[in-house]
Amino acid sequence: MKSKIKIANGQGFWGDSIDAPMRLMKDGEIDYLTLDYLAEVTMSIMQRQKQKDPGRGYAVDFVQLMKDAFPYILDKNIKVIANAGGVNPTACREAIFAVARELGLSGLKIGIVEGDDILNQIPDFMQNGVDFKNLDSGEPLGEFQRKVLSANVYLSAFPIAEALDKGAQIIITGRGTDPGLVLAPMIYEFGWNANELDKLAAGTVAGHILECGAQATGGNFTRWWEVPDYAGIGYPIAETQSDGSFVVTKPEGSGGMVTVDTVAEQIVYEMGDPVNYISPDVCVDFTTIQLQQEGKDRVRVSGVKGASTTDSYKVSMSYLNGFKASGTLTVSGPDAYEKAVKCSEVVWERLRRAGYTFDETNSEYLGVNSCHGDISPIPKQINEVVLRLSARDMDKAKITRFGKEIAPLITNGPPGVTGFAGGRPKPQEIVAYWPALIDKNLVKTKVTVEEV
Amino acid sequence: MKRVRLKDIAHARSGDKGDSANVGLLANNSEIYEILRKEVTSERVKKHFAGLALGEVERFEMPNLLCLNFILHNSLGGGGSETLRNDAQGKTYGQAILLMEIDIPEKIET
Repeated sequence: MKSKIKIANGQGFWGDSIDAPMRLMKDGEIDYLTLDYLAEVTMSIMQRQKQKDPGRGYAVDFVQLMKDAFPYILDKNIKVIANAGGVNPTACREAIFAVARELGLSGLKIGIVEGDDILNQIPDFMQNGVDFKNLDSGEPLGEFQRKVLSANVYLSAFPIAEALDKGAQIIITGRGTDPGLVLAPMIYEFGWNANELDKLAAGTVAGHILECGAQATGGNFTRWWEVPDYAGIGYPIAETQSDGSFVVTKPEGSGGMVTVDTVAEQIVYEMGDPVNYISPDVCVDFTTIQLQQEGKDRVRVSGVKGASTTDSYKVSMSYLNGFKASGTLTVSGPDAYEKAVKCSEVVWERLRRAGYTFDETNSEYLGVNSCHGDISPIPKQINEVVLRLSARDMDKAKITRFGKEIAPLITNGPPGVTGFAGGRPKPQEIVAYWPALIDKNLVKTKVTVEEV
Repeated sequence: MKRVRLKDIAHARSGDKGDSANVGLLANNSEIYEILRKEVTSERVKKHFAGLALGEVERFEMPNLLCLNFILHNSLGGGGSETLRNDAQGKTYGQAILLMEIDIPEKIET
């Protein structure tokens, strides 16, 4: 059993830096690379891909990345843990095996964790009395179940640790908690059990600090002018110890910085009640975390306390809830803001006269107040403004019609309007969420490890 | 007393949970943290974000990080993929709270 392991995160969300994962592999001297691909909206997109083609429904970028990473996995023994499986971890594993076979590789073991995708079991669960009451509104799922597009349980870190125990070098999961990707190797390497709550809490905090990639190493940091070499920003590494304490750092020579302040900012990102951070593994008290700068780009995290967690898993269900579109126009001065306001009035009035009203509309003035509303006063003279118009409705045709009403303003409205490129805005589906709970005993997880 | 913007004495980060945003406000030192505890109340934050935060504002204290964590309920126009707002996830609210002005004793360095 090891006393120290180095775990990195090279992907904070699907669409994060293309180069970061391989830079960690090459320069990080790491034992584990974790990658987070899944946002709530991703699950519904993947579920739809799988419905069209049973061989899809996972993060395809991950397959290419693994092709580049094979030498590091096989020769340097770096293990990879990624939730790239989406709603089809089996197909994701097959795709990676196919690439490995093409390259003539052998001896590669890939584990998958399944059981989080409960979409097809919902009717059975409901017949057996599970009401999937909405955590926000308190409403039971009821008839709404027919609208559900995807339904995934946030699984614990223990099934990933089980896959490691079975010898997997790459572990592909579907939905699990984001911090679980980092907690799992600590459980496995240090031999922690489900009752070692302070240790599980510490591992969960390590995962929380790493899960958004460079947001722990200077990305999004308030005092941005202090951050060296944003262009080469290093992604975070946790040097973890068997007692649960760890040091947050980044690869030698990389850009960005790791200070008590950059780490503290990331700790409070997406924080609710800090005393009761509930995961399927442990309930963490974030007010017990102690941070200490122990060297350049090295912050020690210790003192974390945990308590036993609940008997339920969180379930995230998605459903279609109408359509929306947004279009922009650039309005130059003089009187840029006043003209942009006029443009907005004209568009909505034309649509009204054409017989269109919408469930919701929004006019925003980028460069003036789209982010902070009335917090800062509007300056007297603004050089230019981007007008952003948006509408939503259950009726797709109405949103399509809205999209046609923006370009005409360039020639038939106030002067100095430009910047309409890229065609008419197309209606996008709105994916809404139904958060609920399910008894842990009802969810069966399955871990399989196969070798090519 | 002197009037300062929070950006001169604190740092911040924001994130989203559905239609709620959280704003973590972190003091530059423990003396400033005690001032923030007294001055930056939930009511004051709600007033600062008037027109954006339509629901209740909750405040949690994290003295270990010199942080006040605010939850701004009903503040993202529906949140997630439902909102029509440019800043769908309240990514800029951390910067927004730093624009708040408060009075602090002259002797506090900024």
